[in-house]
Amino acid sequence: MKTAILGASKGMGRALARVRAERGDDIVLLGRDLAELERSAADLRVRTRGTVSVLACDLEAPDAFPETVEALFGAGRIDNFVITAAHFGTQEELEADPVRARRLLTANLSNTIELCERARVAMLAQGGGTLCVFSSVAGDRGRKPVGIYGASKAGLSHYLEALDHKWRASGLVTICVKPGFVKTGMTAALKPPPFAGEPEAVARQVSAAIDRGTPLIYTPSIWRWVMLVIQHLPRFVMRRISF
Amino acid sequence: MSLPATRWMTGWGLFARQGRELQSESLEAASVSAELSRGLGRSYGDSSLPAAEQSTLLCTTLADRILGFDEATGLLTGEAGLALHEIHRLLMPRGWFAPVTPGTQFVTLGGMVASDVHGKNHHKEGCFGDHVTCLRIRLGSGEVVSCGPDERPDLFWATVGGMGLTGHILEVTFRMVRIPSPWIYQESRRVPDIESFIAGLKESGPDWPMTMGWIDCVSGGSALGRGILMRGRWAEPTEAPAKFPAMPPRVTMPFFFPAWALNPLSVRAFNILYYWKHLAREKRGIVSPWGFFYPLDAIHLWNRMYGRRGFTQYQCVLPESAGQGAARRFLELLVKLGGASFLCVIKDCGAEGRGLLSFPKPGISIALDLPLRDWTQRVVNELNAFVIAEGGRIYLTKDTLTLPADFARMEPRLQAFDEVRRRYDPARRLRSHQSERLLDPATKEQA
Repeated sequence: MKTAILGASKGMGRALARVRAERGDDIVLLGRDLAELERSAADLRVRTRGTVSVLACDLEAPDAFPETVEALFGAGRIDNFVITAAHFGTQEELEADPVRARRLLTANLSNTIELCERARVAMLAQGGGTLCVFSSVAGDRGRKPVGIYGASKAGLSHYLEALDHKWRASGLVTICVKPGFVKTGMTAALKPPPFAGEPEAVARQVSAAIDRGTPLIYTPSIWRWVMLVIQHLPRFVMRRISF
Repeated sequence: MSLPATRWMTGWGLFARQGRELQSESLEAASVSAELSRGLGRSYGDSSLPAAEQSTLLCTTLADRILGFDEATGLLTGEAGLALHEIHRLLMPRGWFAPVTPGTQFVTLGGMVASDVHGKNHHKEGCFGDHVTCLRIRLGSGEVVSCGPDERPDLFWATVGGMGLTGHILEVTFRMVRIPSPWIYQESRRVPDIESFIAGLKESGPDWPMTMGWIDCVSGGSALGRGILMRGRWAEPTEAPAKFPAMPPRVTMPFFFPAWALNPLSVRAFNILYYWKHLAREKRGIVSPWGFFYPLDAIHLWNRMYGRRGFTQYQCVLPESAGQGAARRFLELLVKLGGASFLCVIKDCGAEGRGLLSFPKPGISIALDLPLRDWTQRVVNELNAFVIAEGGRIYLTKDTLTLPADFARMEPRLQAFDEVRRRYDPARRLRSHQSERLLDPATKEQA
């Protein structure tokens, strides 16, 4: 099996790369900073008998996507293509800086969808594969602390669902991962809420979803029920709470 | 980036201080604005706690990559937040083990260097720092440099055992050792008193790579210092089971014990039970390395046993020059002071560590837990007075309560350490609650 991951240097991507490497997958790490990727590759090489390679890819530079996808798929079949990379900002930060908000929306929504579209074509051409993309529970309901970030993830989840409906019969499996609060560098400055998860546990769950082809997973699993409740809270309640 | 909120932080002994804690996968970037790095918080006292409420600490645990491992030489380079249990999980099945391990594997490489940890093999292998070949450090001055026994040795030997005060340790390179199998051949025996204990340790030293003992520190008189002496070596493949030793499931201590649970009666009962649980006078056989090296790791958050107020560990070394009777006199004093401890660990130390502030020196090391109560300061002061008189010293990694004057009296190397600190961190940017308390008490008064 060969798994390519965009955003594997940190957080959940790092944990997932380790899980897949330790079970023997060949790994391709994609990311912006090649020196950083090489350090992650060294870590994975101690963990796997498979091969580990790196490839430059910047979610903010979509013009280079065709070249990246060609280089990636040109080197052999990619069984799993995983995207964990995304921008994050608190609502306060994004409200204070509209340019940063636009950058986040562009990277998390437009560019991510473009990359998925290009990967879709390449995967269908090779006869199928699994596209696993990290969205977020933040996209499940309009909430005060994650209005703008949540909007990018709501759009992404929407797209991923349609993609799965349309192409599963042709062999392209799409997995939408909705992590709840997970303790990583991205969320280090925030106060962990109840049910906060660890990246290792998330990685094991996502890896299992990839194996089974589960189209939608909440992780840690408890967040499915947390979000079910939040999705059904009346508006007058949502206006009052800060969650 | 906005500053993290102020929160309570504790060491393993649950002594708490407020401060800010940064977390980042990139230690090199994040260390610029931090006063101190901390790992998994397994030091008992205030070594890894913020000097002041406004202090920002860098938690290293997200920086946990192995940057290289050479199967030919055993040299491993890892980021400072890489934990020992992860190294063992990956490399023990391939026949490698850490050259020196403390009594828990939930420690980071950075912490192992900063504390210059020692273990059951100290009499043979020395401290962890003796196996480190290179460190990458962000100095207090802001510069990132590397050092080793042959490169900036002054900085290196001040950083080994230097409690993180010479710089932020970013990367550590050290030599892993080959093991014949992942199992341990262990012999243990009941020992009737402290004299036979020390004799047993001494006699086992030359032939056994690992030795240590647990002593009953409640019983006095002729039973003073009785306990269980353990010695072990790695099992040969021919005598070891073929399968890899399963790590025991970790049970979590679900709540803090109430303060009254720890009383002279329960402690006495525990000590007596522990002694007589070893019913046969002598046992031998193949045991799991997890139980052998890390018996307490089986209980997640066992530190809650001492209640919310927490505890401190008192660990000292009584040098050989203090003579045979020193350990007995120490235990007599302990029994007299009523310093109840569930378990008390004894170990003979080998050569003095080369780290400027490394703890071990040739003699007998004794470690015991003391719950933090109103009387604990007095007990620590009295034990320290004894240790000073005998020419011994305490282990900074365990300490919460030692007075600065007492520490200065047991640490003639303090000035040499201070000179190196001054050289690499002239503005004294790096500090911990412990350094303010013990090493720079004057600056604290001024501030």
